[in-house]
Amino acid sequence: MTALKEELKRQIIDVLNLEDITPADIQDEEALFGEGLGLDSIDALELIVLMDKVYGIKLSDPKKGRDIFQSVQTMATYISENRTK
Amino acid sequence: MKRSVFINGIGAVTTQGVWRQEIFSEAQVLDHAITSANQPAYKGVISPVAIRRMSSGIKMGIYAARQALEEAVMSMPDAIVTGTGLGCSEDSDKFLRSLWENDEQFLTPTSFIQSTHNTVAAQIALQLQCKGYNVTYVNGAISFESALLDTLLLLQSGEAKNVLLGGVDEIAQQTYAFLQAGGYIKAADTCETVKTSASPGVNYAEGAHFFSIGRDKTASSYAQVVDVALKNELEVPETASFLQGFLATNDLPSSAIDAVILGYNGDKQDDLFYAAIQHMLPSAVPLYYKHLSGQFDSCSAFGLMVAAFVLKQQTVPPILHWNEKNPSKTTWKNILIYSQYKGKDHSLVFVSAC
Repeated sequence: MTALKEELKRQIIDVLNLEDITPADIQDEEALFGEGLGLDSIDALELIVLMDKVYGIKLSDPKKGRDIFQSVQTMATYISENRTK
Repeated sequence: MKRSVFINGIGAVTTQGVWRQEIFSEAQVLDHAITSANQPAYKGVISPVAIRRMSSGIKMGIYAARQALEEAVMSMPDAIVTGTGLGCSEDSDKFLRSLWENDEQFLTPTSFIQSTHNTVAAQIALQLQCKGYNVTYVNGAISFESALLDTLLLLQSGEAKNVLLGGVDEIAQQTYAFLQAGGYIKAADTCETVKTSASPGVNYAEGAHFFSIGRDKTASSYAQVVDVALKNELEVPETASFLQGFLATNDLPSSAIDAVILGYNGDKQDDLFYAAIQHMLPSAVPLYYKHLSGQFDSCSAFGLMVAAFVLKQQTVPPILHWNEKNPSKTTWKNILIYSQYKGKDHSLVFVSAC
């Protein structure tokens, strides 16, 4: 799980082009949207594409996204339980 | 009688750095096939949240627009009009590459959203919260002049009082590789200037140039833009009637033109058109600029920047002289800018001292 979380942090930084941020700057439980990392709705779309492309997870229910994308921790948990790649 | 419109502020991000008083005296002649713009620091100009999604063209455009408005002390233009040949091609490259590499799956939204040609004008409007007229012209090498024509119409008709006019084109790796493969851009290992050009193709670059143009003359005014004419396609001999018609429309004898700014770029066929116009204006001092700006679709905006500088400062930096003709001339009132590319997209712009 630790390796997956580190991999996710690197992917988020890369895909969202988060300049001046390193994986060490993102806490596992830190909120990705709003107060935490400050991501927005376009970033959410990028994360949905990332989940599909890299882990083979298709998110068809947008309501689930709110829980899955809470933090790196929640993303990693969902990926480890549902990944097909 | 046409209403005069004035260039009240200039902003630019170019291969020679950002717009400043010393830009021409500090300029270096380009000798590489592709030269990137000398980018300024964008932190403090664009918010970190917004900047991470922006390609270089958007960043250059926002910076140049802000510079032009600040110089003109203009916080809110009535309209934003831009011209671009290839638009946000960096994001188009990314989006198309993603389509190709992922077998048309997993299309990421950001590069798609920002790949449209009107992204720069739209982002400037968002930054300014400007809800006025916002149009981008995409007409190849005449894109900037098309935007200029619209600007003149808006101002001369009284529909707008102040317009933010700009031209932006950015380097995109794949697009420029195609242009290089097609012979438009010189080979990668070539080291030739406009004047020493011997191989096919020309030196390409990128840049953003913005002008705050208004109906009222201000303390910061550079020059007045009087008229612009466009022609899609001409043969070299037809340039005579194009020029004569334009001069007649503006009641200008050819002897009244103090300088003609030409788009010599080192391509032998292209330069025939410029030589023809130069020959028809024997009393005008020929100036050139593509040895400093490089070639790209909206690079003629650099030519307008040159005209504005010369008319305001009443001096021509030596690096802009095409030849030794009249180097000691001290008064500059009327300047003509002639542009075309590959025998298409011809334009004449008449700029006069305030």
